[in-house]
Formats: sequence, structure tokens, C-alpha cells
Amino acid sequence: MFPISLSARRLPWAETAFWLLLASGFFLLPEHLTLLSQILIMGLFAVSLDMALGYAGILTVGHAAFFGVGAYAAGLWAKHAWAEPFSGLLLALLVCATLGYLLSYLVVRGADLTRLMITIGVCMLLGELANRLVSITGGTDGLQGITMAPVLGLFEFDLYGRTGFVYTFVMVLLVFCVARRILRSPFGLALRGIHDSSKRMQAIGSPVAARLRMAYCFSAAIAGLAGALMAQSTQFVGIESLGINRSAEILIILVLGGAGRLYGGLLGAIVYMVVHDWFADMNPEYWMFWIGCFLIAVVMLGGGGLMGMLARIFKVEKAR
Amino acid sequence: MGIVIFDGVAYGMLLFLIAVGLSITMGLMNFVNLAHGAFAMAGGYAAAVAMNSYGWGFFPALALSFVAAALVGGLLEVLLYRRLYRSHPLDQVLLSIGLVFVSIASFTYFFGPSMQPFTLPALLTGQVALAGMEVGRYRLFLIVCGVLVLGALLLLLNKTRFGAMVRASVDNQRVARGTGIPVQRLFFATFVLGCGLAGLGGALSLGMLGLEPTFPLKYLVLFLIVVCVGGAGTVIGPFVAALVVGVVDMAGKYYLPEAGAFLIYVFMVVTLLLRPHGLIPRKGL
Repeated sequence: MFPISLSARRLPWAETAFWLLLASGFFLLPEHLTLLSQILIMGLFAVSLDMALGYAGILTVGHAAFFGVGAYAAGLWAKHAWAEPFSGLLLALLVCATLGYLLSYLVVRGADLTRLMITIGVCMLLGELANRLVSITGGTDGLQGITMAPVLGLFEFDLYGRTGFVYTFVMVLLVFCVARRILRSPFGLALRGIHDSSKRMQAIGSPVAARLRMAYCFSAAIAGLAGALMAQSTQFVGIESLGINRSAEILIILVLGGAGRLYGGLLGAIVYMVVHDWFADMNPEYWMFWIGCFLIAVVMLGGGGLMGMLARIFKVEKAR
Repeated sequence: MGIVIFDGVAYGMLLFLIAVGLSITMGLMNFVNLAHGAFAMAGGYAAAVAMNSYGWGFFPALALSFVAAALVGGLLEVLLYRRLYRSHPLDQVLLSIGLVFVSIASFTYFFGPSMQPFTLPALLTGQVALAGMEVGRYRLFLIVCGVLVLGALLLLLNKTRFGAMVRASVDNQRVARGTGIPVQRLFFATFVLGCGLAGLGGALSLGMLGLEPTFPLKYLVLFLIVVCVGGAGTVIGPFVAALVVGVVDMAGKYYLPEAGAFLIYVFMVVTLLLRPHGLIPRKGL
């Protein structure tokens, strides 16, 4: 099969088309707006994981820690302090960025196995904490009774998820643009270099540890923002948003889409969530079986997920 | 106090039996294997089925659990693991998570989601007086098993030619390969041995932790903690770490039940903070 060539100048058009297509869901699939919002949020979460795992190469299997902390921060803020949505997002962003930066000192200095253990350990620790502090988090019942104030004081969150979708879409698009900017900056290039060979990056004078810490911090902040969006659009925070299962799920989404690629997380989220929705009445054990088979197949066959497949079909010509 | 430590040590021995194979595979090949608990589960189920459906005795079933887990481990090593030794750790994590999922789903399909029934043999039920304490016979048996396995492994690693080759490969794989040590075959052997021991641990956990299809995921973190805190690539490291983890976890359950599993995670994070390469780091690191 010959790859279809695509000039680099046309790429932004493809990106615009992708986002317009997502936006058109508002008119084309009015009954599925809640699902669409969740897809967008999981997509953003996967992009945040990609920043740490796919670009910087930090082996983390506990990213749901930040997602959950962001969700609880936004949920508690809306419940007890101020129901205005943007303030909640900002709070979640700040909390998770701080947490991520503090943790990054622990995570970055170890070898792969230590990183894996620290990230899993922190995720389990926070999950256990949320489970124990029933009076604050609601324990296994989840955080209930969140009522969000209208966005900008004008648009109320309705039962059909219309406001929720538009709000989520705009925020995800905004954050994604920021993430895209970060990853295409010299900083993002340095991350790719570190991913490929940290020794050589060190040799040419790149401050490897500091770069990785920043990447982890950014990634944590975006994950927290995704969690906050989830809490606000569903007006509920479940205990499972902090768990190791959510971490594994987001890893699967990212791998399905293609790690280390800008749109991998988003594409993966679309496909995974739609398929999951189709087979929602399937026994969870069988779902697990197929997901497991899929993971083994991905590793054995390789190929870089959906984005890897697209990259083989479309060949981007270098701009001259 | 004494009984808490005793129970903790018994629990630790179980963790050591299951995790020691993981330590060797991680140290020898840097393979991040999250599916190690699945081999323990395979061994445990083999023993449970042999005892419940075919009326095997407890001790033959233990031997069967070792053989069954070693067989499964050997098969998967040839089919899957072997191709990923040089891959990025992410690939290894994904493969092993996939294996965990598939094993949970298949064991639920074939054996149902409930815990496997298990009755202790008459020889191991009841209590026995030891140093002024009434201790469970089964737990004493676990401790004896753990010490025996530790002794056998230390003899194997320190006194035989095979052990010398394994130690050489763990210390420096490239030089070991250069001197003609068949690292690949050596790894296969240690992997199979580690899986067998995990299977034995799985069968022994029938009477202590209980065995259900979610076993590999439920205890995954504990096994990893043992290896990581102890220092991958050694036998003594996981042994010490398993005992400490067992006692800390058991003490938490007795004295601070409301803290739950919290204590053990705090312990792990603090240990890794102070000693990033584990309590007893291997040589040549």
C-alpha cells in the first residue's frame, strides 16, 4: 500500500477538521452528549499521561492519583466553598501542580522500577485515604451533593449535558492547545531527546532531572484539570477515580491511541469509550479478557497504536 | 505482642516465597513483570483442584502446585517473555498487565468468582505451644517452609556452579555473556524456578490469604513492595523486606485497624525515599 502523502501545511487543516468533527457531535448526537463529554475528558487525561510517559518517558502507572485529587478538589470546593466552575478548575490545577512538583522529586531520581513503585504506591495511598476519610470524601459512596453554579452566570448545567458538553469542549480544547504549545516548544524537544537517550542529553548540557520534573508537574496539573472537569460535568466524584484500575484504563487508552503522539490520547479515548459503551452490558470479566488480549497483541505486534497506523497511511512531507 | 510478630513472620514467609522469583527475574533481566501473582494463582488453583476434585493429599498437591506453575511459567517465557527482554519497560508493563487481566478473566470463567474452598490437613490444624505462646500449626509450617526455601536458595546460589553463573549474570550481564555463560538459558531456568516457588506460595496461601481470581491484582502491590524495598536481584533482600512488610502489615491490622493498608504504603514510600535501591542493594549497581 502506498502511503498517501500530505503536505505539512495541510496538517493544521486536518487538526481543525478533527476538532470541528468533535464539536459537530453537539448537533449530530444530541442524545449522547454526556458520553461525548466523558470522551473528551478521558482524552485530555490521556494527553496528560502522554506528556509524562510518552514524551518524557517517566514510567508511571499511578496517574489516576492526580485525576482523583483534581476531581475531589473541585468537588469539595464546589460543595463547601464556591460553586462557580472556573474557580474550581483553577484550584484543581494549582493543587495538582503542587502535588506533582513535590512528588516529582521522588519520582525522577529513581530507576524505572522505583518510579513504577512510587507512582503505584502514591496512587494506592491516596485511594486508601479517600476510602478512610468518609466524613470528607463520602468513602465508597463517592462525593455526592455537588451543585454547580451556571457557567459565567449564564448557562446552567442541564439534564441533557448540553452546557456540560460545550463547557468541557472549550476547556479541553484550550488546555490541549497549551499542551500542544508546550510539547512543540524547545522544552518539548528536550523531553523527546531525554526519552531517546538521557545520557546524551546530559552530555550536551540539558538539565535532564529539572526537565523531567517540570514535565511531571505539567502532566499532573493537566490530569488534575481533567479530573476537575469530570467532577463538574457529572456533579459527582466516585472513589474509583483515584484507583489503580483507572490508572490502568488510561494507560490502555493511551497505548490504543499511540503513546508519544499528540493526538494519540484523544483518538484512543474516542475508540475505547465508544467500544466500552457498545459492550456495556457485557460481563466485566469478558471485557477484561479482551482488553488483556488486546494489550498482549499490541506489545507483541507493535505498531504504535492508532496513530502509528495513521502514520503509515499518511506520509507527511517536510515543509521546505 | 509476640503473637503479632509470629503471625507477621508467617505472613512474611508467604510473601517471600511468592516474591523471591520476581526479585531474581527483575534483577537478572530488568524485566518489570507485574504478572508474577498470576503464576502463584495458577499453582494455587492446581493444588486446590487436585485436592477438591481428585482427592489428593495436601503435600502431593503442594508438589503439584510447584510443577504446574513452573510449566505455565516456562511456556509463557518461551512464547511471550523471551521477546521482550530488550524492550522498553513500558512494553513489559503492558504485556504483564495484559496477562494479569487474561488470567483473572479465564480463572473466573472456569472456576467462578468465589474463593476456593480449603480444609487444612489434620496434621496442620490446631495450636502448638512454642516459647510460652500458643501458635497456629499452619503458620509454624509456613515459617518452616520459608526458612527451608531460603536455605535451599542460598545453597543453590552460593555453593553451586549454577548459582555462580546466576550471580555473575546479575552483577554484569555483558561480561558474563562474554565469558561464555549462556545467560538466556540461565534466565529461562531461574524464571521457571521462580514461577514454581510462586506457585508453591500460591498453594500455601490457600490457608492464609485465600485464593480467588482477583489474587494477582489484589496482592500485586505487596509483591512489588517486597522486591522493591528489598532490592531486586538478591535473595536476602526480599527475605528481609518480606518479614518487615509482613510484621508491619500484621501489626497495623492488630493495633491500627482503621488505618487499613495505609501503613504499608507509607512504609514503602519512606523506605524508597531513604534507600532508592532497596534495603540490600545488589552488587555492581
